[in-house]
Amino acid sequence: MPGENQTNPTPTDQAAIEFCNAGYRLRDGRALLSGLNLTVRPGETLAMVGRSGAGKSTALKLINRMLEPSEGEVLVNGQSTTNSDPIALRRHIGYVIQEIGLFPHYTVEQNVALVPQLERWPEERTRLRVTEMVQLVGLKPEQYLRRYPHELSGGQRQRVGIARALAADPPILLMDEPFGALDSLTRGEVLREFQNLEKNLKKTIVLVTHHIGEALLLGSRIAVLEAGKLAGIYSPREFLAATEPLAVEYVKNLRMYEEAENQQ
Amino acid sequence: MSLLDFFLRHRSEIFQSTLEHVWLVGIAMLLAVSVGIPLGILVARRPWLATPIVGTANIAETIPSLALFGFLLAIPWLGARADRLAITALALYALLPIIRNTAAGISGVDPPVREAARGMGMTEGQILFRVELPLAFSTMLAGVRVATVLTIGIATIAAAVGAGGLGEFIFRGLAMVNNQLILAGAVPAALLALGADFFLGLLERILRPVHT
Repeated sequence: MPGENQTNPTPTDQAAIEFCNAGYRLRDGRALLSGLNLTVRPGETLAMVGRSGAGKSTALKLINRMLEPSEGEVLVNGQSTTNSDPIALRRHIGYVIQEIGLFPHYTVEQNVALVPQLERWPEERTRLRVTEMVQLVGLKPEQYLRRYPHELSGGQRQRVGIARALAADPPILLMDEPFGALDSLTRGEVLREFQNLEKNLKKTIVLVTHHIGEALLLGSRIAVLEAGKLAGIYSPREFLAATEPLAVEYVKNLRMYEEAENQQ
Repeated sequence: MSLLDFFLRHRSEIFQSTLEHVWLVGIAMLLAVSVGIPLGILVARRPWLATPIVGTANIAETIPSLALFGFLLAIPWLGARADRLAITALALYALLPIIRNTAAGISGVDPPVREAARGMGMTEGQILFRVELPLAFSTMLAGVRVATVLTIGIATIAAAVGAGGLGEFIFRGLAMVNNQLILAGAVPAALLALGADFFLGLLERILRPVHT
């Protein structure tokens, strides 16, 4: 199992991300997330699953301080997010969202170069890095660097989104339904490629998805959220055998397809 | 005497008035743009300010132009000089389309684009200048275009308070019941408006984002 024999890339045994009794409520007092205690180890991929509104995206946004916890705290590399400069914090955390959010007035090259440029990398280094990243996500640089997002297919756009998030080599990558908007064939393709990337990159990844197959495929551990609370956390193997109702429901769903296949 | 002869005979006067007209409109537009764009940004940032700001600009827009000139005449510093008064009134008219289009252009930026920008660690200023304003630019320019054409027309009224411009001919022509004089003001004013519309429209098309 990927989660078990994991060799820790950093010498310290420190958690990459730690939720300490973290909660988030809206101004009207409604809690989107409460009492979350969760540790993400360096180099692992934690998949968060749960229904819409279970608090997955909220938890993700607490990590790069797109939201601030209303109770408890979130530590990134041992430091509380509320004590760190949000700009510096975000530049060292890659962020991929379902809608991608590529800048429509920037070419692929400019989009991918965004964070290196904000970080004032020398031009040459940025250019090399951008070319490398575009190749890494499976696009031909000479063909795609000069294109604008509207000239790309959905799958290509999401690849560029991933390249942009990885450009400044952040140790942590946050992904919110990154493959959710893709048709199932493209999704499979991008997913397979990302699985390879994941193996080679050794990043700490937090992946939000409601697609349990994705969680099993990419996650070294799977956290199940329900109504703003952590309902359970499992390795993929444990998840398949879990007795917790939501996990059982997920597995039943997954089996449904297999059964349909067997009936044929 | 044909109209053309009349124009040719008075060409230096007409030219002079046209320059005055362009000057009044130009300064008023500079003023309106430098006030309107920040206000538009503010409206986009703080939607609750939309009602007071756009509302006020809306009221200015609905006051008949002659009445607005008369009304401003009563204000001490403004009323002291005709051109000062005229430019202020014209800028007030130009304000609404500029504020509205700036706000609309910025609010029109796709929310995920803004979220990604924030998530990548861009500061508020970087998001404004590198993402929002460039994406809003053609909408803002359309606002400036409407405002300019509007102002060129209204600037003919400025002659009523002695600020000069092409309105001089029109008011004199009306007083003397002389159609040629009226046309000596009206035709160049119309041409100016058409020219500005064409030029700014062209600019809009050239600078139209490549991304749609």
